[in-house]
Amino acid sequence: MAELLRTHPLEAWTAAFERLPDTVRIAAEPYVAMVDVRLGTVGPGASTALGVDLPTAPNTWVPAGAGRAVWLGPDEWLLTSPTEAPEELEGRVRAAVVGLGGSATDVSAQRIGLRLAGARVRDVLARGCSIDLHPRVFGRGSSAQTTLGQAGVVLLALSDAGDDVAVLVRSSFAGYLADWLLDAALEFTTTPDR
Amino acid sequence: MQLIACPWCGPREEVEFSYGGQAHVPYPDSPAELSDEQWAHYVFHRDNTRGRFAERWNHSAGCRRWFNAIRDTATYRFERVYRLDDPKSVTP
Repeated sequence: MAELLRTHPLEAWTAAFERLPDTVRIAAEPYVAMVDVRLGTVGPGASTALGVDLPTAPNTWVPAGAGRAVWLGPDEWLLTSPTEAPEELEGRVRAAVVGLGGSATDVSAQRIGLRLAGARVRDVLARGCSIDLHPRVFGRGSSAQTTLGQAGVVLLALSDAGDDVAVLVRSSFAGYLADWLLDAALEFTTTPDR
Repeated sequence: MQLIACPWCGPREEVEFSYGGQAHVPYPDSPAELSDEQWAHYVFHRDNTRGRFAERWNHSAGCRRWFNAIRDTATYRFERVYRLDDPKSVTP
């Protein structure tokens, strides 16, 4: 019987990513557990139970342990954890919020992450993203749900210099977005010697 | 491209939004007592205003929240946006 192995959606793009110059470095992030949290009101009780102050300012994210807590809406957040299994994270978060009238759903399989770093990252993203990514308004801690090359993404600013961005994209769109990013980065790549 | 100011996310491109029709159409108090004609009026009949019109919009590519907007149907200009729980804006 054939053995079914779990593969990363961007495994086939690894070699292409490695050929990119230092000004535009793209890497596929490993799988992390993600949970979608719905909670009407955020108070001290939620912070204590979850161990993180959920961000209430629109379009922001905060570190949550080794993972992140991303604002998705006035009553919706995305919690990620690279150290817990999806069902562990879901169980822990659900136990924390269900008493407060909230809910938690495992959405680990929905999105995967890409990490873009380098001086030209903003130029590459600007090819297909209309929001202002200048570090003056999109510094570390900022996030944005928008479209990049017409694919829906969540952008997370990881540095105050605007040269380090995480892109969360639906797994089924990951290959398309990887191709799109490689094309957008083409003008910053050097032609190999023949 | 026109920017629409999402009440949560701020100004974003129009393609991130989807249209939701006329705002402030109240659900009937007792739908079971309506005649077919009255029900059809609730379901299908909408104002066809020329000028300022209160509409529902959804920031579908962003925070996915519904909000209301006053838009001029002749010029397509958005005059203001407000959240669903804000009172109905006065339109002349």
